[in-house]
Amino acid sequence: MSKQINVALIGNPNTGKTSVFNQLTGLNQKVGNYPGITVEKKEGICKLPRGLKAHIIDLPGTYSLNASSLDENVVIELLLNKNDKDYPDVAVVVSDVENLKRNLLLFTQVKDLGIPTILVVNMADRMERKGISLDVERLEEKLRTKIALVSARKNTGIDELKEFIINYKHLSTEPCVNASVIDPEYFDGLRSAYPNQSLYKLWLVITQDVNFGNLSRNELAKTSGFQTKSESDLKRLQQKETILRYQFINGVLKEAMSVDARAAKDLRARLDRVLTHKIWGYVIFFAILLLIFQAIYNWSSYPMDMIDVAFAQFSEWTKNNLPAGAFTSLIAEGVIPGLGGIVIFIPQIAFLFLFISVLEESGYMSRVVFLMDRVMRRFGLSGKSVVPLVSGTACAIPAVMATRNIESWKERLITILVVPFTTCAARLPVYLIIIALVIPDRSVWGFNLQGLTLMLLYLIGFGTAIASAWILNRILKISSKSYFVIEMPNYKLPMLKNVGINVVEKTKSFVLGAGKIILAISVVLWVLASYGPGEKFSNAEEIVSVNYSEENPVSEADLDEEIASFKLRNSYIGIMGKGIEPVVAPLGYDWKIGIAIISSFAAREVFVGTLATIYSVGSDEEETIKNRMAAETNPILGGPLFTFASGISLLLFYAFAMQCMSTLAIVKRETNTWKWPLFQLVGMSVFAYIIALTAFQLLK
Amino acid sequence: MNLNKVKLTLAQLRCGQRGIIKDFSTEDVPLKLLEMGCLPGNEVEVIQTAPFMDPMYLNVNGSHLAIRKETALHIEIELID
Repeated sequence: MSKQINVALIGNPNTGKTSVFNQLTGLNQKVGNYPGITVEKKEGICKLPRGLKAHIIDLPGTYSLNASSLDENVVIELLLNKNDKDYPDVAVVVSDVENLKRNLLLFTQVKDLGIPTILVVNMADRMERKGISLDVERLEEKLRTKIALVSARKNTGIDELKEFIINYKHLSTEPCVNASVIDPEYFDGLRSAYPNQSLYKLWLVITQDVNFGNLSRNELAKTSGFQTKSESDLKRLQQKETILRYQFINGVLKEAMSVDARAAKDLRARLDRVLTHKIWGYVIFFAILLLIFQAIYNWSSYPMDMIDVAFAQFSEWTKNNLPAGAFTSLIAEGVIPGLGGIVIFIPQIAFLFLFISVLEESGYMSRVVFLMDRVMRRFGLSGKSVVPLVSGTACAIPAVMATRNIESWKERLITILVVPFTTCAARLPVYLIIIALVIPDRSVWGFNLQGLTLMLLYLIGFGTAIASAWILNRILKISSKSYFVIEMPNYKLPMLKNVGINVVEKTKSFVLGAGKIILAISVVLWVLASYGPGEKFSNAEEIVSVNYSEENPVSEADLDEEIASFKLRNSYIGIMGKGIEPVVAPLGYDWKIGIAIISSFAAREVFVGTLATIYSVGSDEEETIKNRMAAETNPILGGPLFTFASGISLLLFYAFAMQCMSTLAIVKRETNTWKWPLFQLVGMSVFAYIIALTAFQLLK
Repeated sequence: MNLNKVKLTLAQLRCGQRGIIKDFSTEDVPLKLLEMGCLPGNEVEVIQTAPFMDPMYLNVNGSHLAIRKETALHIEIELID
């Protein structure tokens, strides 16, 4: 087999880089992390003509090689490190035809590193509508490169791009701009200190905080005695460099591109007039949120009911068809109900990821950032905090990572600290089952009451996040210089393929990640619930039967059930549960819910699976999780366990408590200290307990 | 007061008004702003402002971006009628 060609896809955000990646690799891709950091690493294999293959890596979007975030650092580190196994043989810079000028800034920088570079002009199908005409030959000659006019949407130009990749060895590696003219004296000094290094690489190393093989910025100063400049001097030089590059680009485009402004009849302007309007903009935003939550609730109820029944039947089938014994009951009572507890929420999680993905792909999310910035700033947040807060409704982990483009450290820290209050997908399972139990399924003014309750919970999550941000903004004494720049991309109809891949990937990793934890916990729980210490557990049959005699008869089924529940109470888990009951009883819970809450500290979605496992141990009937929960009675107060009061208390507890180890781990990584995750864990959980306690005591 | 001597900043522009970027009144211009095309000599148009004129949605030389008023205060411009 021949060697694969290493290709790096580079480009500004919103250029459709990921669409190009998807067209090149199809479903032949995998998403992982860069070692040691949480930046997403996307790579894939692309089949080229003549039996060749390319290994394609989709680098995080960046506006330039002057990194200002961890994500952007990844790009530079790879491009500077020739020893990296992913070091590209050829770089493909993806640009958007409407923003060619700005996109070319990055292109010239990449090209100046001496890497063979191909330019992709994406969204070429829009050229006519925008009145843009390009002299491709002229542009290729001026930029010393090959240009592929691509429309990822219409699937054109990809074959041409593949040809260029195959022939990468013929590409020129001449630089576009001679950056040393910004300070000849300084660059001469650099050259004589490091005669063997590329000058532009040295310049990048000096101005960034990245590693460059074994040559880092500090060493650069130490080893040679070469005096590097003060930070503000360097910054001024970087500004000069940017201006120089734009001068070059302006000159090139003057000859090779022309725009007929009259031909450009813009949908964008008309949409913006409404969507960023001072009043309508906000009305529309909240209408969209309402629509999303109603849709999630209504559309996914059908597949969910089917999954619920299917798992109950599957469990029953296993019990009847596998040889009886400990292993079969572990499968039927531990593993299957536990997994059912997560599989059932796939429809909802998928819908949520679908909506978020559509909002981002369409360009609408930037308008929300624009609309919300001023409001959010009053609470110590940034307009850019909206994106983490909205994606926090899927999962706090990507949301915490999405804070990276917030420029001010204080705004970013506050966003990270309050994001776990937003209602993540893992809370949904808990909410839905409790809502189904305690809120009537009725319509008021055309809105489903259960759907409204869910919406209310989402609002409570947001509200708490905002309120705690306001408090944190007063308390935290951090001064950080803040500026705010955000691109307002053009509106795009989301591409089915991109959205589809995104939804499948995200849902898959969520379910697999949660699935592993749930599987482990349900096995442990099953063991703890099926065995117990001492006489009471092993002699359960006799102890219970003693109460009954000829004069006081009992049916076989009732006796079995009583024995089962007696055994459960005296199993290991029962004893542990009884231990914590005094703590949870004031909130309206029994010991089983107590156990479910404790195990939820690994991950919230474990709740339903835990209850399913505990309830199914010892019960013979084929039952759905919901019916089992509805049948539970309160040991102290009598009556059903899940009443309006205890249900609301439970909902509020889950709304506020910090029950997710993965989020804590991510927060530790992003803030570089255990201080903040511990602060979240203790603060949020104590708060949750107090609120749940108050709610139950007032409502009961 | 001589109006010609008062420097006009981007923050004073209303929706739909255009100007040419002249200079920055601070040493500390975010590099990202330059990279997005906010360079002296370029034309800038205010497309939309959020309530309280903050942030501002701009078209700088074909590049669409939004910045806060506090940043716009540091960008000196010359009005185009």
